[in-house]
Amino acid sequence: MIDRSEVLHIAKLARLSISDEEVDVLAAELSGILDHVEMISKLNLAGVEPSAHSVAQTGWLRPDVPHQSLAREKALDQAPATDGEGFEVPPPGSGT
Amino acid sequence: MSTDSTKLSVTETVAAVASGLLSKAELHAAWLDRAGLDDLNALSWVSDSPELVHGDGPLGGVPLGVKDLFCTEGVPSQSGSKILEGYLPPYTATVVEALAQAGAPLIAKTHQDEFAMGSSNENCAFGPVLNPWDRGRVPGGSSGGSAAAVAAGLVPWALGTDTGGSIRQPAALCGVVGLKPTYGSVSRYGMIAFASSLDQAGPITRTVADAGLLYSQMTGKDPRDATSVEHPDSVEPVVPMDLTGVRLGVPEELTGEGVEPGVREAFEATLDLARSLGATVAPCPLPHAPHALSAYYLIAPAECSSNLARLDGVRFGLRVDPDEGLDGMYGATRAAGFGPEVRRRIMLGTYALSSGYYDAYYGRAQRVRTLISQDFDSAFEDFDAIVTPTSPSVAFELGSKTADPLSMYLSDFCTVPMSLAGIPAISIPNGLSDGLPVGFQIAGPAFSENRILGIAAALEDGLKFDGSPAWIA
Amino acid sequence: MIELEPVIGLEIHVQLATKTKMFCGCEPVFGENPNTRTCPVCLGLPGALPVINERAVDFGLRLGLALGCELANRSIFHRKNYFYADLPKGYQISQFDEPLCSGGFLDGVRIHRVHLEEDAAKLVHSSSSGRIQGADSSVVDFNRGGTPLAEIVTEPDITSAAQAREWLSLLRTTVKSLGISDVSMEEGSLRCDANISLRPVGETTLGTKTELKNMNSFRFVEKGIEAEIERQRELIQSGGTVVQETLHFDPRSGSLTALRSKEEAHDYRYFPEPDLLPVAVGPEMIKAAQDSLPELPAARASRYEEEFGLASELAQRLAFNGDLGDLFEATAAICGAGSDARLVATWVNGEVSSRVDEGSDQTVEPEALAELLGLLEDDKITTAAARGILDTLIEHGGSPADLVESQGLGKVGGGDELSAAVDAAIASDPEAAAKVAAGEQKALGPLVGLVMKATQGRADGGEVRALIFSKLADS
Repeated sequence: MIDRSEVLHIAKLARLSISDEEVDVLAAELSGILDHVEMISKLNLAGVEPSAHSVAQTGWLRPDVPHQSLAREKALDQAPATDGEGFEVPPPGSGT
Repeated sequence: MSTDSTKLSVTETVAAVASGLLSKAELHAAWLDRAGLDDLNALSWVSDSPELVHGDGPLGGVPLGVKDLFCTEGVPSQSGSKILEGYLPPYTATVVEALAQAGAPLIAKTHQDEFAMGSSNENCAFGPVLNPWDRGRVPGGSSGGSAAAVAAGLVPWALGTDTGGSIRQPAALCGVVGLKPTYGSVSRYGMIAFASSLDQAGPITRTVADAGLLYSQMTGKDPRDATSVEHPDSVEPVVPMDLTGVRLGVPEELTGEGVEPGVREAFEATLDLARSLGATVAPCPLPHAPHALSAYYLIAPAECSSNLARLDGVRFGLRVDPDEGLDGMYGATRAAGFGPEVRRRIMLGTYALSSGYYDAYYGRAQRVRTLISQDFDSAFEDFDAIVTPTSPSVAFELGSKTADPLSMYLSDFCTVPMSLAGIPAISIPNGLSDGLPVGFQIAGPAFSENRILGIAAALEDGLKFDGSPAWIA
Repeated sequence: MIELEPVIGLEIHVQLATKTKMFCGCEPVFGENPNTRTCPVCLGLPGALPVINERAVDFGLRLGLALGCELANRSIFHRKNYFYADLPKGYQISQFDEPLCSGGFLDGVRIHRVHLEEDAAKLVHSSSSGRIQGADSSVVDFNRGGTPLAEIVTEPDITSAAQAREWLSLLRTTVKSLGISDVSMEEGSLRCDANISLRPVGETTLGTKTELKNMNSFRFVEKGIEAEIERQRELIQSGGTVVQETLHFDPRSGSLTALRSKEEAHDYRYFPEPDLLPVAVGPEMIKAAQDSLPELPAARASRYEEEFGLASELAQRLAFNGDLGDLFEATAAICGAGSDARLVATWVNGEVSSRVDEGSDQTVEPEALAELLGLLEDDKITTAAARGILDTLIEHGGSPADLVESQGLGKVGGGDELSAAVDAAIASDPEAAAKVAAGEQKALGPLVGLVMKATQGRADGGEVRALIFSKLADS
């Protein structure tokens, strides 16, 4: 039901590098799960509103009052690569 | 007082501290010793500080075990994942901070399924947690470390989180009490998210009273969590409820096929007990409950696929950089950092949200969710609580379900509907089947924690469950 | 050859001048040291959650009201999922099918919607030496990340680059008057993208559009759109077809380059943000927004007509470009009731606006302009001299009277100086003088030119002409 090309497309959207063998395994597993969850396609849902949440239906807002930001050292502390001021990332666009 | 103080329930311990029978220093030392006995891989981190700092609240200084996924400043918070191995957050989750203020300081963190995805704790990047009742079996999941640690007496009580059953199912499989509160009643700020619209923190304890005590200090609207709400009632100290005239509904949809004979037997026996205490027990239809699992396995993966996008090797955590640019780094980091179940769910969720499939999958699942909530609403017009087995099976053997994701997903069959409806549910141990604990689930309407805790306490008194076989000597 | 007409729609991002970011309490301050305005929320750390800024919603409602939109009574935030280094969570919290405001109208252009979202962080590409393979490194600064944005989307109702520029100027004025943004294109608090397509005149279906990104000044908006219209026109008329793509306009070279897309598949997987509940927009919120509405540009234009007697086109030009309107009003107030506000209006609309880029800080102060126009009205300087002084005022500032004094720019007239200059001119070009004396008007030009040159433009042309005539008649 979900084929190799779809698996590859989804993996790309999700930024997950997957090996060739994994593509087939995932295609089979995802198809199996989807077969099961397809049960709900038999339900008549005409006129039923979707629920993104179940308890509270509307929220509250935050007053526009500043808080203390993190010290830069703390913000950068756990980063894999920094230049001392910012987070270093590989160049966008040079990948495939 | 002797080191036997650890055998007391927390409620008893708090009283002992209050009356001067037990000093906080003794208490902390005793529990640091207990935490050192972990041979279950239940704990991911144990405090090395001889003094546990806490506020002067009503929790009496009784230390707390906390699931790995709660952010704790300067303490590893890994959510069971290699991608967050050794991650030290710069802040502490609201609920952990609130509990320390209330007198329950952090003593240990507990292992879990990776990003709370799993029902056996076998999806933990740091090895599976073992069930203290039988070390060849799983403790359940995803809060398996918390449940095993409480059952084995490594910590006096613990925090877990529940998305589709992750507090209740491991509590059942380990023979302890687990409460999944009403969605929104406990802040999620600082909980590393799995599925935002379902995740909820709750207590895992040895007694129902302990669960109520811990929960009473967890509730409240948090200005940092927009989905949090003020609990309309104050959570009272638990007293066993007089079950006379209390109406218990038994949904056929969740108690029929698929429930193991031993579990069914214990369930029936507990219903008999409830009747003997004056409750009425009657069938209660939840017609859409059989579809809950399907809806859940679309909604939760969809949310997780987005929630886990921030694990990208830029600001924290693992980075694998094959020198193929930004996208190459993303792909390699996430492939190396996430385990197979997490990858599977990210894929499933991405698919369910993707163009052309949204309406068929995510959109429909959200509508099914509405129907399930409506089922509960009408059920609670006729019943005070709905009861089911917590898990259709007792603890299963390590490795027995890992090859088949679907059979693993079915472990959550009885717990997922309540999660989708956002309503509170508690699991209490209600006997043994072949020497392994069985769990009994009691669910009530939103914010009915006082009620379900009261019912649970009444049954607990009658059940007289003995958890001592799990205790590490 | 088929006649083609441009169809243009704009998407404008306005950074809202709230004290804190859209979903956290960090202060979005421009120009701070990198990564000093962040917290777990705007860094997208695990476990952090967004909470909606009340003032951002209020600002969004004000904007909606000013643009004549319908305000939603329930509004939902969605997640727009894609990966990029400037997006810490892997999704942007934005609005999708239930925006805060929809519909609306501003000066002939329909508004499709106004919604709220969070800004991306800043990605700085730097070519650093010392890295293997000469790869560039990029560094992310999350200070800007999470700043509240209102995105205004118009219907494709604009038909020329000049109209786009004028309309954008009116929008900027409107937003500025609401006090909800700094609306500086230079600093990026006002950003404009344009969707451009061409179609044969008379057709109603839209052609394939391209998107022109992030033009960072009013001039570039006009030039960029113009360039893209020309590119499409040439393409279509030479038998080619327009490809749907995103383009970047380089104002220096005037060239358009296609941008690499962020997410090739463009599948943003929008779904309702589960960390937020829907916003209920109550009547109190709407009332508060209504009560805060200032005089809007259209009302201002009518007032200029009534109060200052300006012609309606001039009134609109000033009122729709708020900087000019502000300068006009401030200057007219200083000049006082005794002076002619129309002179001020004409100068602001003509001389000042041709010298000052919209939104630029390099402009003339109203006090200086009032003084300058006072000197002109009192006949102390000539128009030509006043123009020169205005150049100096805009470039260096200063006092007009001092400039007149120090540079000797006072009007030459009535006295010996002018008389001597005229005598000298007649003496140096007797041929022309003879022709003028013979009634040949055309020959007057060179003589006047000589006088102007000698007086450095400080003489009044009419007076010079009259003096030449009288001297030649006398002789």
